[in-house]
Amino acid sequence: MTIAAYIVVMAGVTYLIRMLPFAFFRKKIKSTFLKSLLYYVPYAVLSAMTIPAVFYSTGSFPTAIAGTVIALILAYFDLPLIVVALAASLTAFLTGFIF
Amino acid sequence: MKKKEIKSNSDFVNGLFDGIPIGLGYLSVSFGFGIMAAGAGISVFEAFMISLTNLTSAGQAQGVSIIAAGGTLFEMALVQFIINIRYALMALSLSQKLDESFTLPHRFLAAYGITDEIFAVCSTKEGTIKPKYMYGVITISTLGWVSGTFLGAAAGEILPASVTSALGLVLYGMFLAIIVPPARKHLGILFTVLSAALMSVICRFFFPDISGGFAVIICSVIAAVLAALIFPKKEQEEVKE
Repeated sequence: MTIAAYIVVMAGVTYLIRMLPFAFFRKKIKSTFLKSLLYYVPYAVLSAMTIPAVFYSTGSFPTAIAGTVIALILAYFDLPLIVVALAASLTAFLTGFIF
Repeated sequence: MKKKEIKSNSDFVNGLFDGIPIGLGYLSVSFGFGIMAAGAGISVFEAFMISLTNLTSAGQAQGVSIIAAGGTLFEMALVQFIINIRYALMALSLSQKLDESFTLPHRFLAAYGITDEIFAVCSTKEGTIKPKYMYGVITISTLGWVSGTFLGAAAGEILPASVTSALGLVLYGMFLAIIVPPARKHLGILFTVLSAALMSVICRFFFPDISGGFAVIICSVIAAVLAALIFPKKEQEEVKE
């Protein structure tokens, strides 16, 4: 399978998801269940993608755990996305000298 | 810059201006994506093309791991559908706010740039959204996203392992920063996040034969369905991140 084929499929599906409702849908979703489902899906996806994968993301458990803990603490205090992301990475880098 | 220039009523420039924080944020996050892609054996040009044609973080990250694992195109399509289906909701909501100058061709074009952050900026803007304004936000954001990817992928081939491995945390750090604050305030989201994480761990250790992409789909759909049944979203609660 060529990488180009993967890219075409990725880009095509992602574009259609954005374009079809944006261009053609004119009604409002009424079903509470459907609305709730769409509301919760992004959080579920991000969580399932992050855990446990984040612990393998640096190639070393101790540095990944340290970075994750820092990210969780900063995110808990509602710091900007970019601050949390870079601080997590920096923590993993610095603890890399210890572990 | 003179006041007159800032006040210039060019919608495009206003969009560019409002999009600067997004562009900067994307620059650093996509740097992490570029490194992740390089680590998965994807070339700088391919990583650049993925970012240019997709403009999304979670979908691209999972897409790269499917490519690295040699998954099927069907798995790729399904994974992108599930991960990015939230954009349909945003597109829907945004479509209610469009100016009447937003004709069908403009909608085809601007739909490309519906991301969490661009949606957040556009949907909280006063009044209606004009095509040029949205193009401005999209332009600066895309610029940040593709140049960060390019730099990250190129750096991934040069930088020492201690740096690139630490940067592997950038995207996940951002994901945590997106899910943690609302989980604090909303019991339904907390439930969603914890149950999805728990199932994801169970999949990883007890069902290692399920590929990463499908595991994410199964876990997130089950978690979201349970949350929707147990904590149905009330009308007045707005989707805010």
